[in-house]
Amino acid sequence: MATNSKTPLTPEQELARRSRRSFIGLGAGAVCVAGGWYWLNSQPLEDEIPRPLRAVLGVNESVVRNTLYSDRHLVRTYPASAIGKLKINGDIGMEQPIDQAAWCLDLAPLGAPSRQLTIDDVRALPRHEQIIDFKCVEGWSTVTQFAGALLSDFTAKFAPGSEKAAWIGMRTPSKDYYVGVDMPSALHPQSLLAYEMNGEPLTDRHGAPLRLVMPVKYGIKNIKRIGRIEYTDTRPADYWAEQGYDYYSGL
Amino acid sequence: MKVLEEKHKLATRWFHWINFPILSVMIFSGLLIYWAYDPYRIGLGSVTLFHFFPNWFYDLTGIAQQLALGMALHFVFAWIFAINGVAYVLYTLISGEWRALAPDRKSFREALQVAMHDAGFHVPLPPQGRYNAAQRITYSAIVLMGGMSLLTGLAIYKPAQLHWLTAALGGYEWARWEHFWLTMGYVGFFLIHLAQVIRAGWANFRAMVCGYDLKETEVTTHGD
Repeated sequence: MATNSKTPLTPEQELARRSRRSFIGLGAGAVCVAGGWYWLNSQPLEDEIPRPLRAVLGVNESVVRNTLYSDRHLVRTYPASAIGKLKINGDIGMEQPIDQAAWCLDLAPLGAPSRQLTIDDVRALPRHEQIIDFKCVEGWSTVTQFAGALLSDFTAKFAPGSEKAAWIGMRTPSKDYYVGVDMPSALHPQSLLAYEMNGEPLTDRHGAPLRLVMPVKYGIKNIKRIGRIEYTDTRPADYWAEQGYDYYSGL
Repeated sequence: MKVLEEKHKLATRWFHWINFPILSVMIFSGLLIYWAYDPYRIGLGSVTLFHFFPNWFYDLTGIAQQLALGMALHFVFAWIFAINGVAYVLYTLISGEWRALAPDRKSFREALQVAMHDAGFHVPLPPQGRYNAAQRITYSAIVLMGGMSLLTGLAIYKPAQLHWLTAALGGYEWARWEHFWLTMGYVGFFLIHLAQVIRAGWANFRAMVCGYDLKETEVTTHGD
């Protein structure tokens, strides 16, 4: 019923009016929230997750790369007594045994012909050793010692000028596992091409003869048994990003 | 005679009701993430009283095997959670509303009286403003916990770039532990909050929605 404007509302009427409006507002808000949730979950998927979520992950990556990230930010290193037992958590691309003697690394620099390298070429680079907390995307982490060549040294020696590329793509010899890494993370002073773990040569299951170890990335980016390294300006395919994970996956 | 009394500001009500669905999404997506590595429990040594979470809980809720979706949701809705929370804190500080919320020297003694009264003991209730002493302490603690959730979350999210923050919170593993138990704190708070709201009755709930309640006043005559 319309209220006559000449008679002021009693406090009871005023409260009822406000209450009615507010509950309608709350109800409308609840409908909007439910509708928004339904909308989000009905959006087309982009690499296994709804497109709006993927878009915001891209925004997060830009924010981090433009504000937080610095190659002067080093991850903490640990004493040898802190070393734990790193579990073997994946063998995609490593299902078949590898013939270590026949292994060679396929290298594709930016704008230069491909070439092949041996493990001795990598071992000839300065050896770097670090004990870092290796972090899995699942949430666990294990303090582990790795030794190998800095990816920045490797690039300067075997692919000079390729630092200008936006990305590095790597894949296993079988091509079944592949990662893409932004160049700043790849050139981070703790990013290694590792051939030793916990004082021993890398075992087959941990990625012999050569694996990637970037403490600024989750384990999913740290590809084992590298078969090919490519410097490129096109963002490389990434196995776990295609399964719904954040492409950047930076720590 | 009764008059209208404003109980909660419009802004406070908006912040509160926006936070509810956002925090729900954060807890839900947090569970999707936690499932992938779920080491926390209540127990001592080899005796575990309760493991977070038992298989029946995962089966019941269907949250297994969705780590990637959980991370995406968490790192998207965290923006809204953070913006809403920071805006609320700024509003509360600038408007002076914090005075009705922040506990003072008397609050801790009075909160005990409130708790005993609510538990059914014959203890007189101390005089109170908008919030009683127990509410002041609890609600302020919840706001602080929200801030801690943001900080511990950032410490887990970027432990390399924000290494100082991660270190200040006790390291990567402790930050994750803290993040988890803060969340359990919200769940505990929510259950008690819900029970207290039901107990306090309709007018109290209505005031959190529309902002007003009727108040008995001693003034019986007044002109316009």
